[in-house]
Amino acid sequence: MFSKDIQTQVDKLLSRYPIRQNALIPILHLAQKENEGWLSEDWMQHVADICEVPLTHVEGVVTFYTMFRLKPPGKYHLQVCTCVPCCLVGGTELLEHTEKKLDIHAGHTTDDGVFSIEEMECIGACSFAPAIIVNEDYHEQVTPEEMDKMIDELRQ
Amino acid sequence: MAEETLVLFKNIRNPKYDKSLAAYKKSGGFKSLKKVFGMKPEEVVQEVKESGIRGRGGAGFPTGLKWSFMAKGTGKPSYLVANADESEPGTCKDRELMLKDPHMFLEGLMIGCYAIGCHHGYVYVRGEYFPSIKSLNAAVDELYADGLLGADPLGSGFNLDITIHTGAGAYICGEESALLDSLEGKRGHPRVKPPFPAVSGFNGCPTSVNNVETLACMPFILGDNGVEAFKSFGPQNNSGTHLVSLSGHVNRPGVYELRMDVNMKDIIYEYGGGIRNGKKLKGVIPGGSSSPVMTADEVDVLYNFDDLAKKGTMMGSAAMMVFDEDTDVVKLLHRITRFYAHESCGQCTPCREGTHWSRQIVRDFLNGNGSDEKLQRLNRVGGNMMGTTLCALGDAAAMPIQSFVKKFPEEFRKYYATV
Repeated sequence: MFSKDIQTQVDKLLSRYPIRQNALIPILHLAQKENEGWLSEDWMQHVADICEVPLTHVEGVVTFYTMFRLKPPGKYHLQVCTCVPCCLVGGTELLEHTEKKLDIHAGHTTDDGVFSIEEMECIGACSFAPAIIVNEDYHEQVTPEEMDKMIDELRQ
Repeated sequence: MAEETLVLFKNIRNPKYDKSLAAYKKSGGFKSLKKVFGMKPEEVVQEVKESGIRGRGGAGFPTGLKWSFMAKGTGKPSYLVANADESEPGTCKDRELMLKDPHMFLEGLMIGCYAIGCHHGYVYVRGEYFPSIKSLNAAVDELYADGLLGADPLGSGFNLDITIHTGAGAYICGEESALLDSLEGKRGHPRVKPPFPAVSGFNGCPTSVNNVETLACMPFILGDNGVEAFKSFGPQNNSGTHLVSLSGHVNRPGVYELRMDVNMKDIIYEYGGGIRNGKKLKGVIPGGSSSPVMTADEVDVLYNFDDLAKKGTMMGSAAMMVFDEDTDVVKLLHRITRFYAHESCGQCTPCREGTHWSRQIVRDFLNGNGSDEKLQRLNRVGGNMMGTTLCALGDAAAMPIQSFVKKFPEEFRKYYATV
């Protein structure tokens, strides 16, 4: 199921651990990337086979960690931090603003599938708050105006 | 602006530094590793002990002592795992090291591996730290290409591999035994201790788990005259510089490298440039969201492990969250209780239930339904989590609750129901 390039990465990962199961979480990340940001049962079964663990074990792991998703996110996944330092300097308001702008609540995806929002617990950018992650990129000290601009630009 | 003491940030504060292996070597990098390869491992552990360094992840446990606990002669491999899960709210110092000077940290990790006889070190980085993960992987590739990792680095005869491992989003994985379960490919559940990781850690083998900043201190400590210099940066039992993540309502939030005899007041008013918009200070959460809160009149204190402990709080991961006079303390506590309710792994009843109940009680206050009885109940729920769980998350959730209730009771009264 993995493309050739990614399969090479999977094989490299497996060679870095004493036991195949140890590579489970990094391989799940690769699987999620291959499947447009979420893990279907087919993919979980495939990773379970690679790591030689039962599917139920993989499901247990996937549901424990917040970064693994069981449904597709938007093309741009906006992860807005509202944890303690961010909420002190406008993170909560930034999340509300984003929800209003896109007319969806956190945890949901816009009808056109372009944007999804996730409310985050601490993302470790506390001295540069309020901070967000768009897909894999951090943006720091974000104002509502900057958020609007970013969304408008990404939409085009 | 007051000056920093640059040990860990000596390269990062140099605007011309490009974090490449060549630049790191030019700054004196890998000299300590070379020296260490000429020492016996137990001599390295001894020097680390003498430096007095205490772990920078939050608990402040002496690193040299931790390494000396590693089980020997077990016939199993030993492991060193760098804890780069940095997820205590307020803390963003390790990411600076990994992003902007990964080789200093990696050299420290390599020194640690040699000291405890580990031939394969792992770096457990939190999954959201995409930029840090890229930076570390690029740095590790450079080290392999240069021959500093792999077979026989620097002609030492000591084979060494390092693997960057990504987590997937779970605060609890910063707890060392949960981190090890996660590294093994499981849900991150804290383990029953003993046995401690030094006896049975990664895949049941002797393991030491050390914070990124702790390891990044090693090239300095093992450098020329490093032990004495390191000790000179702070009072006895609090040696070295520390990276302070300053956030909240200050004019200049940021990560600062400071001596351990720095006054907390100076961190807020000199380094942080005071409270923004000319407001007054109301309080500080001094060492990550789990540390007991301090009021404005308590901040004239040295910012280190022991002086803060004497004040009934803790330095933790040195994450200071400053809040001004306009802050609604009950709302702030609500956000903290939400965090712990979300992050409890669910194994121990007091924490699984207590984090949930405490969040509900604080929400009750915010809905205008507070009362004396509920305030007492909130405090009691906090008390029932203290020391009753397998790991420190129960304590971490309880300390803010009990300290907020104790230090700011009048703020809760504003939310009492008017009958």
